[in-house]
Amino acid sequence: MNEGPLHNLIKMLSSLPGLGNRSARRIALHLLAKRESVMLPLARALQDTAENIKDCSICGNLDMHDPCSICTDDRREQHTLCVVAQVSDLWAIERTNAFKGPYHVLGGLLSALDGIGPSDLRIRQLVERSENGAFQEIILALSATVDGQSTAHYIADQLDTAAIKVTRLAHGVPVGGELDYLDDGTITTALKSRSNAV
Amino acid sequence: MLYLIQMEQWQDQGIVLAVRRHGESGGVVSLLTQEHGRHAGYVRGAQGSRMRGTLEVGNLVDAHWSARGGDDLGSLKLELSHSPAAHFMQDALKLAALQSACALCDAALPEREGHPGLFHGVQALFEALQTEIWAQVYVMWEIAFLKELGFSLDLSKCAGGGDDNALAYVSPKTGRAVSAEAGEPYKEKLLALPAFLRPAGGEERGEGDDEDVLIGLQLTAYFLEHWAFAHHTTGVPEARAVFQARFGKSVSL
Repeated sequence: MNEGPLHNLIKMLSSLPGLGNRSARRIALHLLAKRESVMLPLARALQDTAENIKDCSICGNLDMHDPCSICTDDRREQHTLCVVAQVSDLWAIERTNAFKGPYHVLGGLLSALDGIGPSDLRIRQLVERSENGAFQEIILALSATVDGQSTAHYIADQLDTAAIKVTRLAHGVPVGGELDYLDDGTITTALKSRSNAV
Repeated sequence: MLYLIQMEQWQDQGIVLAVRRHGESGGVVSLLTQEHGRHAGYVRGAQGSRMRGTLEVGNLVDAHWSARGGDDLGSLKLELSHSPAAHFMQDALKLAALQSACALCDAALPEREGHPGLFHGVQALFEALQTEIWAQVYVMWEIAFLKELGFSLDLSKCAGGGDDNALAYVSPKTGRAVSAEAGEPYKEKLLALPAFLRPAGGEERGEGDDEDVLIGLQLTAYFLEHWAFAHHTTGVPEARAVFQARFGKSVSL
């Protein structure tokens, strides 16, 4: 069991996030028990994804084509750009169907502690995109954390010369949220960002 | 035979200074506590969505630390008490000031050495960030921070025997104030003393506008770099430089 393909499979599975050796062994046995229905299709899906999914050179999204299907979709509104930290954030916004424009994926957030500086993110590409004059508004859809907002402030500074309206997502009470259960920070921000009821 | 393991533990209030990822879901959190100084501990699930709000830099938390041995890293259980950053998420300068103060404490304070005065000083600074004179208070906090580290500036009287009511410079060698007249021949080598730090009886004492605050930030930056962080391999934290650069940019606009 210490060598061979099964050992390799368990080793590879246990290197995935959230999986230890014990879980990896259980998954390997499950896959072997369902070779035709699960294991071989999974292997093909993994290979297919590895060979065909590319980083979009314009927005940083993951897609089979470069530029991605979002960047090449003429039906999308081209005057508003949405900036997100990760591809998972792009997927979250796409799920809502509330935004119909193109995106820009930064690839993370600025963090002095983790040594992530502006050159590690796709901020230069964002500034270049903003300078071509196609966008009237750039939405900074970054998380409501100290790192997220610091990144938003930095980007807003960089885009200051581009004469484009730079906006950010509202912070406040989530849908279905009860005030009694919210932390004081969320309530404070919600009070500051209050809007007219009528 | 039954062996009883005596756990080391304490309960205290702390300010979150930094969170370093550890493993897949945990993190090592650095706190500035009231009684136990800067103290780190492992927090289970620190990278999860449930803990993320609690572990924002600057948050005041109720902390319970426990470990098998007193020298161990130990684990922390935290409960959010107050989140100061939520008050100025929209303000780039105040957010940068908060990050700078936390980064300075995290980088410069020795671990497990009590600094109750500094703990209350940081809390007072965060409260002052909601006032009009927050930037002046920040400069004063850095002077107090240097003093807490053992690098005291004497801005009360002239080191050169000049007029104590006409202080205008600070000696980069001694950290002592120098009057305008006594410092005139050496003014190229001396650091400027901002008006809001001059003695109360002085004629030129002012409330301190943004340009004056920038002079104050340059003054404290010099002593942070040459005194407090002189022997640190990584130097003054980047967050401090970012704050000063951002403040300087706002002044020049």
